[in-house]
Amino acid sequence: MYNTHMTKTKIDIDKIARLAQMTPSANLREKLEKQLEATVVHIEGLEKIDTSSVSGTNQVTNLSNVFRDDIVTPSLSQEDALMNSKKIYNGLFMVSAVLPDST
Amino acid sequence: MDVHNLTITDIKADLKDKKYSAVELTKAYLERIKTLEPKLNAFVTVTEEKALKDAKKADELLADGQDLPVLGIPMSIKDNFSTKYIETTASSKVLEHYRPPFNATVVQRLEDAGMVMVGKTNLDAFAHGSSTEASDFGTTKNPWNQECLAGGSSGGAAASIAADEAVAAIGSETAGSTRLPASWCGVVGLKPTYGRVSRYGVVAMGSSLDSPGPLTKTVEDTAQILQIIAGQDIHDGTTSSSEPKEYITLMKDKRRMTIGISKDYFQDVETEVAAKIEDALKILEKQGHTIKNIELFDPKYAIDVYTILQRSEVSSNLARLDGIRYGEDRTVFGEEAMRRVMLGTYVLSAGHYDAFYKKAQKVRTLIIENFAKAYETVDVIVGPSAPVPAMPLGSTEKNPMFGEVIDRLMEPSSIAGLCGINVPAGFSKDRLPIGLQVIGPQFAEDLILNLAYQFEQATLYWQQHPTL
Repeated sequence: MYNTHMTKTKIDIDKIARLAQMTPSANLREKLEKQLEATVVHIEGLEKIDTSSVSGTNQVTNLSNVFRDDIVTPSLSQEDALMNSKKIYNGLFMVSAVLPDST
Repeated sequence: MDVHNLTITDIKADLKDKKYSAVELTKAYLERIKTLEPKLNAFVTVTEEKALKDAKKADELLADGQDLPVLGIPMSIKDNFSTKYIETTASSKVLEHYRPPFNATVVQRLEDAGMVMVGKTNLDAFAHGSSTEASDFGTTKNPWNQECLAGGSSGGAAASIAADEAVAAIGSETAGSTRLPASWCGVVGLKPTYGRVSRYGVVAMGSSLDSPGPLTKTVEDTAQILQIIAGQDIHDGTTSSSEPKEYITLMKDKRRMTIGISKDYFQDVETEVAAKIEDALKILEKQGHTIKNIELFDPKYAIDVYTILQRSEVSSNLARLDGIRYGEDRTVFGEEAMRRVMLGTYVLSAGHYDAFYKKAQKVRTLIIENFAKAYETVDVIVGPSAPVPAMPLGSTEKNPMFGEVIDRLMEPSSIAGLCGINVPAGFSKDRLPIGLQVIGPQFAEDLILNLAYQFEQATLYWQQHPTL
């Protein structure tokens, strides 16, 4: 059931890794590229199915716009919210610089 | 203390009659876990201190004449369910030291119902798998044969029940992750309707698919756990506002059903497995049920739909793991997680979204309509849970689509958000369990519990135990 012949699609593994913010090693990159291409061959099989008469389902129980009342309720304490971070400063999460150093 | 045939009902009666205390019972299970874990690796964390504390509290409440649905019952919780201040790793090095500041709703409800939590069970990391071989903390072995897989992703949960390391377990299923390990370990496993049980606090995998559910030795125990955890949750906007039914009462109704079977669900199924399901159908017919052949959407297309939808949702859900607020950074992800996130990213990316993701959502509609049509003429659908019994250790190596292929008989019902239950249906010649699944329409857990219960009462496979 697992299709192993080559697909015409060539996956740009570096681009996908960058988009996915993943850092596979060079060896793993090569392996993943082949595996992903093989998977794509498999899933391209869906093309054969006629879906012209239907629209897509993304919510199987037909719920939409589920809201609660706009009332402030207790949430996590600051201590609990910060408890799992390794990089805290003055009760705040530290993040990497967003803008590069302009000097 | 012999814990082999203890059910929730038995234990509650024994505790009331003071046959033993909750602390004595918990100590027996903790001792058993200590002895068996080197062989099985069902647990990531054994919560001994908390278990004894819970058990002591249970004894105090019992002495005070109080009762709760699972008061004093030793339970295991799959390690993708948040447990307040207790490690919740999802079996991944990314969350190895993560301690949630809150309980998952399912955990909170069970705590309020008096459970004694003995530990957090092993899974494929982030539930990405059907074997636990993708766990960063080792594979869980099948209690019936430790050269074989327990299945996954709720492999630790299923093994903990089969090995009597806990009385009841909580697992979760996106497509097959409760029913498959239940089938391979010879226990009952229920995938409720999507939205019947809250996903709040469960490490997200496929947000339109994930369904937390119980694994137990008996159908009645599963019904009892479902009664506690089912229901709308203000923290999970995808839960249903419909009231949970009286599952235990409805389970014991003497109903006769029309059971649908589809030949596609017997395609590429091992002869022994097919034979056991055929035997089961004969038993069901003798009980007065009607078997009807129906046409169902070929499960092989469900593999592609599921691969696309699940991996897309996974890539989105795991984007939150940036190592800033919690967890390690993204360089620590295992190979399977990387593979899934990257495929998800690919099918969602510009130029591919329409051909893959939108197409899969449309085929999803076809699958849903196909089931709806089938349920116009049958009450439930029956078939094998898995095409083969438990496979040997190492089976997932070099096979990146292992899970999707093994779970193909369960993917269609998961994609459609239906409910399904695995119930033991006998053993292979190698003494590996074979499971039967009953699939019901949305919110018809009462029907599938009922049929599973009737079948269980006629066969009593749950009273057989692995030699450990």
